[in-house]
Amino acid sequence: MNPEQPEPEVAEKAEGRPLGRRVLLGTLGLGALGVVTAPVLQKGMEGVLGALSGKDPTGLTGLLPNGGGFRYYSVTASVPHKNAANYRLTIDGLVDKPTSYTLADLRALPQTRLVKDVQCVTGWRVPGTPFEGVRLSRLLDAAGVRAKAGAVRFTCFDGAYTESLTLDQARRSDILVALRMQDKPLGHDHGGPVRLYVAPMYFYKSAKWLSGITVTEHVKPGYWEDRGYDVDAWVGKSNGRDDDPTS
Amino acid sequence: MTLRAEAQPPQTEPSARVRRFGRTERWVHRTTAALMGICVFTAACLYIPQFAELVGRRELVVRVHELSGVVLPVPVLIGLFFRGFRVNLGFLNRFGPHDRVWLRGALMRDKRRSARPAGKFNAGQKVYANWIAGATLVMLGTGLMMWFTHLTPIMWRTSATFVHDWLALTIGIVLGGHIGMALGDPEARAGLRTGSVSREWAKREHPLWKP
Repeated sequence: MNPEQPEPEVAEKAEGRPLGRRVLLGTLGLGALGVVTAPVLQKGMEGVLGALSGKDPTGLTGLLPNGGGFRYYSVTASVPHKNAANYRLTIDGLVDKPTSYTLADLRALPQTRLVKDVQCVTGWRVPGTPFEGVRLSRLLDAAGVRAKAGAVRFTCFDGAYTESLTLDQARRSDILVALRMQDKPLGHDHGGPVRLYVAPMYFYKSAKWLSGITVTEHVKPGYWEDRGYDVDAWVGKSNGRDDDPTS
Repeated sequence: MTLRAEAQPPQTEPSARVRRFGRTERWVHRTTAALMGICVFTAACLYIPQFAELVGRRELVVRVHELSGVVLPVPVLIGLFFRGFRVNLGFLNRFGPHDRVWLRGALMRDKRRSARPAGKFNAGQKVYANWIAGATLVMLGTGLMMWFTHLTPIMWRTSATFVHDWLALTIGIVLGGHIGMALGDPEARAGLRTGSVSREWAKREHPLWKP
């Protein structure tokens, strides 16, 4: 530092009112107020944005918080693409007839269409989304589940994701091996060509890129469940959340 | 720029450049900017579908985001141990009558120099500095509530997510303005890079500053 230059004049600091501190504390206070009033604000915001996103050709409202629409989550760096030629769904474990289905095999089975809300555990919800596919219970019955079986484990061709359900849960009529979503074939980003659809539970149960169904004796927690999420992920009754049930 | 300023012997033009920031302020700004950059980039990878599809690895990205967020206030806290840094915080805290004139000029889009009197920091910089400090702490608080979910009641977590999301969007916009204004003023950037600015710039942009 040049010795000829004096220290910054203290006079400028000393005079004037300490308003900067108030700006800082005011921002903090607004943040706290935001947390307290969030439930009310969020409801209003969802209404406004829901109405807006319907008339928004740019799709920008989809990027706003609670702007509606799905969000892409993948736990791996990249996911291989599968199509009708190389996709296989295997069913094994405690079954009499281990089976492997092609996409065509699955399409040939009776299809069920469900239209319900999708609720993510991180907060976003997409209303009235059609899913269509084969009831999981049908595939389990076809494979012949053995008496000592108690759970079903799902594996995915992204190589990392896993999920599981108890056998009773897996036999519910609102659980599908889904081939179509929003009345279109399931695209890769939505977990296509085949994903699980567990209507009554938070969406992390609906494993994308489904490639294996293994019948087991006990439930083995899945990918996110090893990281703290609830295994029985009923919407509104788990993960400390109180969302309206989806199914 | 750096080379030239250092290579110039002081006797040629002793008062051509005036000292604006010391080593502490520059390093606090640098490290805070880097950490904020990591926070914003990882947030984009978690939030914007196109980025999420590119990057994936959700768990790793979440970890990096959490860590950079928790560490974000540390450079400023370390800076508090240095007198030069505290003096600058004092400048940022105190608002004089000229700051009111500056703010009115900014609101009226009055670009005349007489409408924008400023000391070492102009009123806009003061408001920005204090707001971003408060906003960072709100992000930290709501972020911790989302991170350590078992510590907070049910309702709080969703509420914290709501505030965290909307404030993130606001910070993104304001930060964009901050960077945009820096891009438009090379001498201001030189001040934070080298520590000194030209006397002419100081007189023009900060007429009430007595370095």
